[in-house]
Amino acid sequence: MANEVIFHSIHLPESWKLENYLKTGGYDALKKVIAEKIPAEEIIAQVKTSALRGRGGAGFPTGLKWSFMPRQFPGDKYVVCNTDEGEPGTFKDKDIVRFNPHQLIEGMIIAGYTLGATAGYNYIHGEIFECYERFEAALDEARAANLLGKNILGSGWDFDIHAHHGYGAYVCGEETALLESIEGKKGQPRFKPPFPASFGLYGKPTTINNTETLASIPYIVKHGGQKFLELGKPNNGGTKIFSVSGHVNKPGNYEIGMGTPFKDLLEMAGGVRDGHKLKAVIPGGSSVPVVPAEIMMDLTMDYDSIAKAGSMLGAGSVIVMDETVCMVKALERLSYFYFEESCGQCTPCREGTGWLYRVVQRIEHGEGRQEDLDLLDSVAGNIMGRTICALGDAAAMPVQGMLKHYRDEFEYHSKHKKCMVSGV
Amino acid sequence: MLSSESLIQIDREVAKYPPNNKQSAVMSALRIAQIEKGWLAPETIEFVATYLEIPAIAAWEVATFYNMYELKPVGKYKLTVCTNLPCSLMGAQSVVEYLQDKLGIGFNETTSDGKFTLKMSECMGSCGEGPLLTINNHKMRVQLTPAKIDEILAGLE
Ligand SMILES: Cc1cc2nc3c(=O)[nH]c(=O)nc-3n(C[C@H](O)[C@H](O)[C@H](O)COP(=O)(O)O)c2cc1C
Repeated sequence: MANEVIFHSIHLPESWKLENYLKTGGYDALKKVIAEKIPAEEIIAQVKTSALRGRGGAGFPTGLKWSFMPRQFPGDKYVVCNTDEGEPGTFKDKDIVRFNPHQLIEGMIIAGYTLGATAGYNYIHGEIFECYERFEAALDEARAANLLGKNILGSGWDFDIHAHHGYGAYVCGEETALLESIEGKKGQPRFKPPFPASFGLYGKPTTINNTETLASIPYIVKHGGQKFLELGKPNNGGTKIFSVSGHVNKPGNYEIGMGTPFKDLLEMAGGVRDGHKLKAVIPGGSSVPVVPAEIMMDLTMDYDSIAKAGSMLGAGSVIVMDETVCMVKALERLSYFYFEESCGQCTPCREGTGWLYRVVQRIEHGEGRQEDLDLLDSVAGNIMGRTICALGDAAAMPVQGMLKHYRDEFEYHSKHKKCMVSGV
Repeated sequence: MLSSESLIQIDREVAKYPPNNKQSAVMSALRIAQIEKGWLAPETIEFVATYLEIPAIAAWEVATFYNMYELKPVGKYKLTVCTNLPCSLMGAQSVVEYLQDKLGIGFNETTSDGKFTLKMSECMGSCGEGPLLTINNHKMRVQLTPAKIDEILAGLE
């Protein structure tokens, strides 16, 4: 079942070229939609059956999200793809754009058709400029083949897609910050409601989905929602791409069925690097609570299983840490990240991320105080749920997870002014 | 203020957005301007604003918000190393030390011949291939080792 939905052609030379995508049945789903004039309701019903949940981190059911879009609303409407992947540990969308851009384009066109959209934008993370160029080249190929642009495949329907290049701001992955950024502003999230389905890009109805979510659509249309569902498990349909990084022998992306045991995934990634022992895993990107090895080895990789263990599947970004890792140092680096990337709009996040970083930093550098762990608990607790967007929660959750499972390491640092793991 | 090639590229970006939304192109216009000039001087930012018919402050807000714009001159080659957790687990620290040693500069410094500037950055969304760096924002080099770094530096004229 590996590489069933998205990376099915990844082994082919130049898999990103249109001619090669077409050889593997590419654009058949779009052709079917147009030739059979499949009603939008029918496509949305299939997406609901598939139990596809948003791959951008929140896991929101895609079919349900699509049903919020006011399709009959006159005037411009947009489909926006989120390729702003900047969550530490996440690198799957990059490989989708790099190796299978046409499947994403096909998914966006079908989304545009289903949602009554007039145009689509793909927002691409700043540092992967080479992928942005490849995506633009793929758009040109699709336009030249009349798969995109005016009168698509003779249907009389016009729909075009453009790429928007980010320039270094993690917060722009948040969907409303991303919309602000496409409008040419600084990326500060919008207060909700109104939600993007009623007031989105340029104030028009907009649906935003993650790259992997949209790239799954052609499969669902072609094979039916049921078949996609069966690749995973109930309420967790399909395959999922897991990005494995850190202390493994073969870091990389692995597309496997939802519900695959974590230990199988670890084995695919070559196991923990030579001779070392698994200490802990951050299973869903830097923003989710850490899970100790003993618990992790019994989990399966799906939204529900990871949630039961007190963490989140997030974007499926698995950061593996072996016994040499000092959790205080690891958290110091993550806390710096949220401090650096907070957009500054909400006081709890702007001030709180600075507090978190400075306190973890002083613990790491042997200047911790007796009261510091309670202070961290209190600052994290006061950020949670008190900000416009979830970046605040994303800063607080790693702190709470680390203190829950590795409090002893933090206490040791404060008390002995040295590291419990390295001894120095 | 900008070359006609740059302006053609900016016009292409403007065409991506609905009419009357030229501001949407400000991010790419500033990127294109930075490629031509090496960094964004105040007059460059203001030129871009005038060209897009938006208030100067709107271009300033963007130039100061996003990390990849340079508001001060940098060396001919800006090397930016990701030091976030996944890359650190995979050896980013030794890459940084090797580069600092070899170039004789720290973060946010430029070599005296004006050739290299060294920066650190947050996640570049490519952790599977860490440790890694970018050259002038747009070219990524991955799975770095000392030998590979030597090769990269030697290839930069
Ligand atoms: C700080 C922050 C960063 C985010 N970064 C991303 C991202 O890089 N990619 C992404 O798809 N979603 C990201 N999200 C989630 C988006 O807001 C949104 O939920 C998602 O794009 C919706 O698509 P989906 O339903 O297909 O998952 C982020 C959210 C927050 C709060």
